[in-house]
Amino acid sequence: MPIGIAASFRFAGPRKEKKKKLGGARMEPPPPPPPPSGTTVTQRDQWTVEQEVGRIYSFFAQLPPAAQSFALEVQRDNHIEYLTRGLRGLAPSFGSLDASRPWICYWIIHSLALLGEPIDAELEESIIDFLSRCQDPSGGYGGGPGQLPHLATTYAAVNSLITLGGSRSLSSINRDKVHNFLRQMKQPSGGFRMHDGGEIDVRACYTAISVASTLNILDDELAEKVGDFILSCQTYEGGIAGEPGSEAHGGYTFCGLATMILINEADRLDLSRLIDWVVFRQGVECGFQGRVNKLVDGCYSFWQGGACALLQKLHPFGLSEGGEDESTDSIDSSLYAASNVSEQEEQENNLESASPQVDGTCQFKQGGPQSASCSENTGNASYNFHERCAEGGSLFNSSALQQYILLCSQLPEGGFRDKPGKFRDFYHTCYCLSGLTVCQYSQSKHADSPPLPWDVVGPYSNLLEPIHPLHNVVLSKYQEANEFFRVASGFVHL
Amino acid sequence: MASSSSSEGEGRRAWVPLASRPEFAGVTPLPQDDGPSPVVAIAYRDDFRETMDYFRSLYSSRELSPRSLLLTSLAISVNPANYTVWHFRRQVLEALGADWTEELEFTEGVAKRNAKNYQLWHHRRWVAEKLGPDAASRELEFTRKIFCLDAKNYHAWSHRQWVLQALGGWEDELDYCAQLLEEDVFNNSAWNQRYFVITKSPSLGGLNAMRDSEVDYAIEAIHANPENESPWRYLRGLYNDENEAWLNDSRVHSACLRVLKAKRNFKFALSTLLDLLGLGFKPNQEIKDAITSLRTSDLGEAGSDSDLANSICSILGLEDPMRANYWTWRKQQASSSS
Repeated sequence: MPIGIAASFRFAGPRKEKKKKLGGARMEPPPPPPPPSGTTVTQRDQWTVEQEVGRIYSFFAQLPPAAQSFALEVQRDNHIEYLTRGLRGLAPSFGSLDASRPWICYWIIHSLALLGEPIDAELEESIIDFLSRCQDPSGGYGGGPGQLPHLATTYAAVNSLITLGGSRSLSSINRDKVHNFLRQMKQPSGGFRMHDGGEIDVRACYTAISVASTLNILDDELAEKVGDFILSCQTYEGGIAGEPGSEAHGGYTFCGLATMILINEADRLDLSRLIDWVVFRQGVECGFQGRVNKLVDGCYSFWQGGACALLQKLHPFGLSEGGEDESTDSIDSSLYAASNVSEQEEQENNLESASPQVDGTCQFKQGGPQSASCSENTGNASYNFHERCAEGGSLFNSSALQQYILLCSQLPEGGFRDKPGKFRDFYHTCYCLSGLTVCQYSQSKHADSPPLPWDVVGPYSNLLEPIHPLHNVVLSKYQEANEFFRVASGFVHL
Repeated sequence: MASSSSSEGEGRRAWVPLASRPEFAGVTPLPQDDGPSPVVAIAYRDDFRETMDYFRSLYSSRELSPRSLLLTSLAISVNPANYTVWHFRRQVLEALGADWTEELEFTEGVAKRNAKNYQLWHHRRWVAEKLGPDAASRELEFTRKIFCLDAKNYHAWSHRQWVLQALGGWEDELDYCAQLLEEDVFNNSAWNQRYFVITKSPSLGGLNAMRDSEVDYAIEAIHANPENESPWRYLRGLYNDENEAWLNDSRVHSACLRVLKAKRNFKFALSTLLDLLGLGFKPNQEIKDAITSLRTSDLGEAGSDSDLANSICSILGLEDPMRANYWTWRKQQASSSS
């Protein structure tokens, strides 16, 4: 019994099918059929999700254009309200996140920054003060005041402070102490422990290296053998696992890939197998799953979509020597039917592969940890990376992913969720928005040019701030911090 | 990844304030220092707040005592994700000389409600390591129970792999994978485990020795459900970097051919053939015909040999529109390398 017939999701805007003129504009959907018999748990679970998602898309398809437009709008005000309330105070049930409060800060602050919403000065002060209290005297940030420093919460705190920006925020980070903490977490195998006596995995590598890079303290000692460890985590499937032997997983794939890029060793990975694995993680629901045969989840919009965005910039088969094959395939109309935005239907699509623009900004500085001025080069690995241009459209289906995020994950009352039937939370809000901005900017041919209207599903006002794709902080904030910490290093060396 | 799903309070037994409990007499609770204007401030329940205030007190004074152990149990029950508490618990256990088996039971209680908690599994690994190889069968049994509820629990699989490598117990592992795949052939975690077993098990002889039978196993699964991505990736993985061997194993392209001829659920078959072509595979006429017959009239005339990859990419562009850009890119790769 075929499950997940893709055609059901190719609801086509221009096709005049099933415009039932019932009494009201809203159609009550018929109850979903039960899953077919003789199926496994995986098939049944998948079936259930496809039914849910299918109903949402079918319902959307029969809405009049104005209602469709509204349904695709990012509900800025409601998201901002949801986020801001969370920043101030949280219900008792958040006790389970009591050891992750810098994470909550980051999820909220980053989301607000993506939405272009400033935080008022007083609240900013309070955040800087709070995060300072999470900072351990011997270095690094814990999950709350007085808690053991932890790599993940250090990453979250540093990213939060970078997102706030300004010298007060940035200078509140004790770089030397963070450096000490990172060195203490470093393991002989090349990996890092998440905290004293904690688990060693690819997440730890990413959080450590990302922080080291943004604070401009990434040196040979920290980078040593990290590549070996991550390489050992690339599985037979092509994706990257948390530990050697474990299953290829979207979260760890992003972490592993980003880390390899930051230490200039991405070419050691089997990139073609990696690409093949990650592009197949986008399913009929239009969103991404974390692992083969698992369910779609909005947060993978960033982990997997973001990994695709990184891969696009890597030119795995080497920079082409000019005169690239210009196969301009005809528009796949069913593809754009899936995005189903009436105003976009008539637009020329953007999928044709243009000759790559090989110019100065796209050149990637090779060098890596072996080079003389190490931190200069590894800083550059990150700084210049966002400037690399994607070749000819996005590797993944950007409009489909945006459709999933906006129609299935977004809650009109504010916040985003994993999938229909789940509750909203700040984590999913952060990563759905992060995935959304990745989509919007995924087809930009030049680092400095804004997305074209047809790159943005829904009204153009949906456009979010661009991020630095390796660190997932708003690009302008990253650039400010990069300058600040470069100067800070210079000052130390004088 | 870090999840912000918030768990509700556990079963509410009558809460006796710690201040009234004789075992904590003399402990001065230490409130959290959130500062004058806290952000992301959690409206802690009374029992939560009191437990953590007492924890902070004993933690800051580094008291490694039985009552500290009790307090970490209480703190873990209000927030099992507090890694500082687990860390302190480990220090207390070492100082007091713990009963490691009892400690395993403690973690089982936590696992019942929080099977996806990083700290729990890390702690369990730490305890099992203390117990050594004798713990192997219990750990395998424990993860088996978890898999009955969720056959894809990522932490549990990592733990199980660690147990096998550090403590042993490989004998029944391949059978266990086969059993899980019988129950759900789409369980990618089980396929991954199978790969782990055939490559790492000391009693099986390694990938080269196992490859042959595993190819048959994977292909059988493919034909049962050609839309199942797991065995396709597994099959590819069996050959990893052995490109020559992969190209020359006729079972692989025969399997693809059979799926193509059935004319449904053939995207992985085409993708596999595309990969093979990229490595220099020379398809026979039957395969070429099978591919050509999948071309619809939209695509026009079939081309020559060197266009076969091109054809495949065109077919996939229509059959698998979600990945249209990817197939376009593969087409470019194919033509730039020929």
